[in-house]
Amino acid sequence: MRRLALTAALLSVAAPAAAQPPAGVQRPSNEAALSQLQLGAALYAGNCSSCHGVDGRGIQNAGQSNGSQDVRGLGPAVRGTGAQAPDFYLRTGYMPLGQPGEQPERSRPLFRDNEIRAMVAYIASLGGGPAIPSPQPQRGNLHEGMRLFASHCSGCHQIAARGGVVTGARVPPLQAATPVQIAEAVRIGPYLMPKFSEREITPKELDSIVRYVGFVRHPPDRGGWGIGNVGPVPEGLVTWLLAAAVLLATCMAIGRRLER
Amino acid sequence: MKRWLALLLAVLNGLRRRRLRRSEAEEERRGRIVPPGSPERGWETAVIVLLFAAALCAVGFLVIYAVDSLGNRTQLFGLTLGGSLGLLAAALIIVGRQLVVTEENEEEFPEAEHPREQEAIAQVVDESTSRLTRKRLLLGAGGAAGGALSLAALAPALSLGPLLDTDPLYATPWRRGVRLIGEDGLPLRADAVEEDSFYTAFPAHAKRDDIAAPVVVVRLNPAKLRLPPERARWAPGGILAYSKACTHAGCAIALYRKPTFTPTEPRPALVCPCHYSTFDPATGGEVMSGPAGRPLPQLPLMVGADGVLRAGGNYSGPVGPSWSGVRSRRPGR
Repeated sequence: MRRLALTAALLSVAAPAAAQPPAGVQRPSNEAALSQLQLGAALYAGNCSSCHGVDGRGIQNAGQSNGSQDVRGLGPAVRGTGAQAPDFYLRTGYMPLGQPGEQPERSRPLFRDNEIRAMVAYIASLGGGPAIPSPQPQRGNLHEGMRLFASHCSGCHQIAARGGVVTGARVPPLQAATPVQIAEAVRIGPYLMPKFSEREITPKELDSIVRYVGFVRHPPDRGGWGIGNVGPVPEGLVTWLLAAAVLLATCMAIGRRLER
Repeated sequence: MKRWLALLLAVLNGLRRRRLRRSEAEEERRGRIVPPGSPERGWETAVIVLLFAAALCAVGFLVIYAVDSLGNRTQLFGLTLGGSLGLLAAALIIVGRQLVVTEENEEEFPEAEHPREQEAIAQVVDESTSRLTRKRLLLGAGGAAGGALSLAALAPALSLGPLLDTDPLYATPWRRGVRLIGEDGLPLRADAVEEDSFYTAFPAHAKRDDIAAPVVVVRLNPAKLRLPPERARWAPGGILAYSKACTHAGCAIALYRKPTFTPTEPRPALVCPCHYSTFDPATGGEVMSGPAGRPLPQLPLMVGADGVLRAGGNYSGPVGPSWSGVRSRRPGR
């Protein structure tokens, strides 16, 4: 079982190449003539409803065929997620997903800015939910941010926010995440990540975390090889590999001298 | 290599050597195998000093190991143990280079089959150390260095933990009715615990740095719980509490894996970031994968009249990493 899980984890590392979003999205032909909510509803019906349900309540059992392309969809409810979750998933390119059940990956957003705003407004109108957060990283404290990141985030994302692998999922690097997206992810908990309420991470603490993530994108250069700034373990590995080569070369040199 | 072999034999034969030594007359008669060398008192003194210094360093290691209150212990451990080994190596190098009489032999050592050939080896060994003038002191110094170093190498085994008296490992600050305090220092209310999120809590009025103190609290859908029958009432409203110390190596269970969409994603799991031991909160902390050997101890919960979470008793098993003799017994009430 353990071996199976490991194999699955290794395979899943190789998977992103295969996880391509579907070619093209469905757009209404008269986009300019529609109001924002109408546009959002049309885009939702064309691109999201096959998995999230025509009414936004999600599809819990595979086998039903819904939506425009008759995709056998399967997906969580979006009703009640407010503007926060759709804004995150659409602007990071996490959605639309190629296949239900895939892990969402950061990719180029398939919708234009006005289309995303329309879809976010439409989904938010389905039922109440949190608004898009507005973090203020310049108000955050870098040291506090590092402390909080170390205790809440680095277990998966690594202390330099370069991502990695956990049991059952790949952990995304935070190199390209905008402050708003970081704040959204903390509150939503995308895929296998837990969500953090305002009691656990206050908005002020979140500012510090966002500031820290921005900082570690380009940490101060201490000289030498950075090796992605991922920390002492890979640095140690590289050092050992180099040292092993040097030791081997030394041994061979000594051996040659003795042969003569 | 032969030099080292000779040295090793010389040390091993230290006491027997006296008996083996032939009289001067006999030596005259048989003739020496190893050429005689003049005594080197200066080098001998250096070796003796180095060996005693090595012994002193090893004793220092033991002292540092015994005294918990010292700062920078890791660095001092390295300094003393490394220093001791380094001094010993220096002493051995001097012995090999300056004190043992050496002879380049073209042919192999004679096979130790014939009594006379054995005598020849003994003679070689004996004569190799003939330059030494203070053999007893040298042996004493070597013994002190070797003994102290062996002790220093063995002493850390004590850190493997108590073998006979494991009762202190069962002590926990949790008792029936003890309130759960959140990381912010405020009592953790049942209605503040949300699904898909996880919380760390501590017992009220107890030390937080006790390994048995912190618990991780999660809320699952009560319909999805598969707890053992005797724990049916341990999770009011689907709220579960588990020890935050991994049963493998004692790291903090700092990761909570929760599916956004249960039909297609892995089930909820409490994960230790050190070696990825993965525990199932829905089944009472069973190990799903990873190196942990036994379930995460569960803390029974109840909700007080004030809405605050309280312990309903003690853990389901011993907290923290597993020791010999610490496997399954439940801590006392």
